Amino acid sequence: MEIFGIPLQAMLSQLLLGLVNGSFYAMLSLGLAVIFGLLNVINFAHGALYMMGAFLAWMGMNYFGINYWVMLIAAPLLVGLFGIIIEKTMLRWLYKLDHLYGLLLTFGITLMLEGVFRSVYGVSGQPYQVPDALTGATNLGFMILPNYRAWVVVASLVVCFATWFVIEKTKLGAYLRAGTENPKLVEAFGVNVPLMVTLTYGFGVALAAFAGVLAAPVIQVSPLMGSNLIITVFAVVVIGGMGSILGSILTGLGLGIIEGLTRVFYPELSATVVFIVMAIVLMIRPAGLFGKEK
Amino acid sequence: MNKKISYGIAFALLLAAPFIVYPVFLMKLLCFALFACAFNLLIGFTGLLSFGHAAFFGAAGYIAGWALRDAGLPTELGILLGVGAAALIGLLMGALAIRRQGIYFTMITLALAQMLYFVFLQAKFTGGEDGLQGVPRGKLLGAVDLSSDLTLYYFVLAIAIAGFAIVMRTVHSPFGQVLKAVKENEPRAISLGYDVDRYKLMAFVLSAALAGLAGATKTLVLGFETLTDVHWSMSGLVVLMTLVGGLGTLVGPIVGAIIIIALENKLGDLGNMLANVTTIEWFRTIGDSVTIVTGLIFIVCVLAFRRGIVGELMAYVERNGKPNAG
Repeated sequence: MEIFGIPLQAMLSQLLLGLVNGSFYAMLSLGLAVIFGLLNVINFAHGALYMMGAFLAWMGMNYFGINYWVMLIAAPLLVGLFGIIIEKTMLRWLYKLDHLYGLLLTFGITLMLEGVFRSVYGVSGQPYQVPDALTGATNLGFMILPNYRAWVVVASLVVCFATWFVIEKTKLGAYLRAGTENPKLVEAFGVNVPLMVTLTYGFGVALAAFAGVLAAPVIQVSPLMGSNLIITVFAVVVIGGMGSILGSILTGLGLGIIEGLTRVFYPELSATVVFIVMAIVLMIRPAGLFGKEK
Repeated sequence: MNKKISYGIAFALLLAAPFIVYPVFLMKLLCFALFACAFNLLIGFTGLLSFGHAAFFGAAGYIAGWALRDAGLPTELGILLGVGAAALIGLLMGALAIRRQGIYFTMITLALAQMLYFVFLQAKFTGGEDGLQGVPRGKLLGAVDLSSDLTLYYFVLAIAIAGFAIVMRTVHSPFGQVLKAVKENEPRAISLGYDVDRYKLMAFVLSAALAGLAGATKTLVLGFETLTDVHWSMSGLVVLMTLVGGLGTLVGPIVGAIIIIALENKLGDLGNMLANVTTIEWFRTIGDSVTIVTGLIFIVCVLAFRRGIVGELMAYVERNGKPNAG
């Protein structure tokens, strides 16, 4: 079967690959949005921490023989802890200043992290094996579904919607949303806002690390994998606007699919299509698809 | 009075410099100093943080390189074409980016510059990963042969001074005062009846054109252009230069550019020296890890040193109540 002269099989597999990329966009832009909401900081280091998550998984496997499933939990915890240290020692001093200083600080952190990993591992990618339980593929009749890719999409959707549920539907989330609106008032009610801020940053970067571990078997683990991704994620954030959690998730997935389809129909544009969509959205709806004009 | 004397001394030093320091290195410094000044016009005097200035720097470099090598245009036309291309890209990018404010503005410039990076990566004339090699220097106005480093140095010095003069003139003009008002309090500038978006866009295009002038000149000096100049790390580098020197000061970006470029070139020597003094062998590897050091400088600057070198000096002079020296 063919659609517009493209075999259905090829199209569906690119669509799935787009969905995989889209899940990474969704998880990263979700973390960025949560952090920006409470801290007013655009975390440039998000990409580097995603890279760190992937490298921790790789290091766990190669140096200590720790398997994928353990690292899927351990790497986000370690990176989250690292994030908490960053917040406690550095970001904390910048909240009263212009937003741009937060961006510049995290940019500096990005350069340092990338530089450290590059001086040890070079720029070439390190392969990471797909865990045994997820190797192979399932024949669905109309397409061959690689198990690992399906797992990435399912796992990230579960994590994204769990995050949405906690923030929108639980009491903890209510504190968080209130803190985003008016931190002083929330503090007056006896909520420990500085602690909440620290934990939010830790959670946001842990999400990035989780995405990194998921990505490790799909793409090669390399020091540069984060910075290439983060700029695309910035475009995703501009397109979606950072006002809504569900909006971030949908925009991320949607752009992944658009990118996948572009790779089928016009491969030359696949690297730039997200930026083109951003330019169009800026022209038609400057606040972003789900954004509120302030 | 003081100011005139210090400018005179600086000019005399610049004229004599190529007899002491390697001219190509000096020309590279001048180009980056101009680049940083152009960037500072936007962040320091209009309050807009662009993270996409590599786009203008690199695009002008590529277009100038193409014009000089493939189209066979005379030197001055090639540079002008580069500047024009940068201004045009600045106009398009600026028109999109000023639709959002603050941190979004920064992310948009970064994303659009990244898009341009991919365009240059895939375009035929840029040579992709290999870069655009073998750009001839040609003759200035068809008469002055620029193949000697010393002649070219004075040409580049003239360009850099002209660029710096434009920045100074802009900052001190009524137009510059409006930009300052936009920076300090945008709603008030709007309520006073200024079309803020138009002023922002004009500042953006001017800054892009000057960054293009720096980029085109750099291609002429080095004779090649590569993807490094359009990469986001170059945008970050110019932010760092300006930050180290002092945001919103006139001389700051120049000081910052000299420090950062010198550091990039001499970091290996510095590492060896530190290793000899402290007997810690690790310092020898520092030359290979420039990004670690630049990242560290970023962090230190943002946390402890936000006014930059020139800004701190000016604050120090002010505190001690002396008449201004710079």
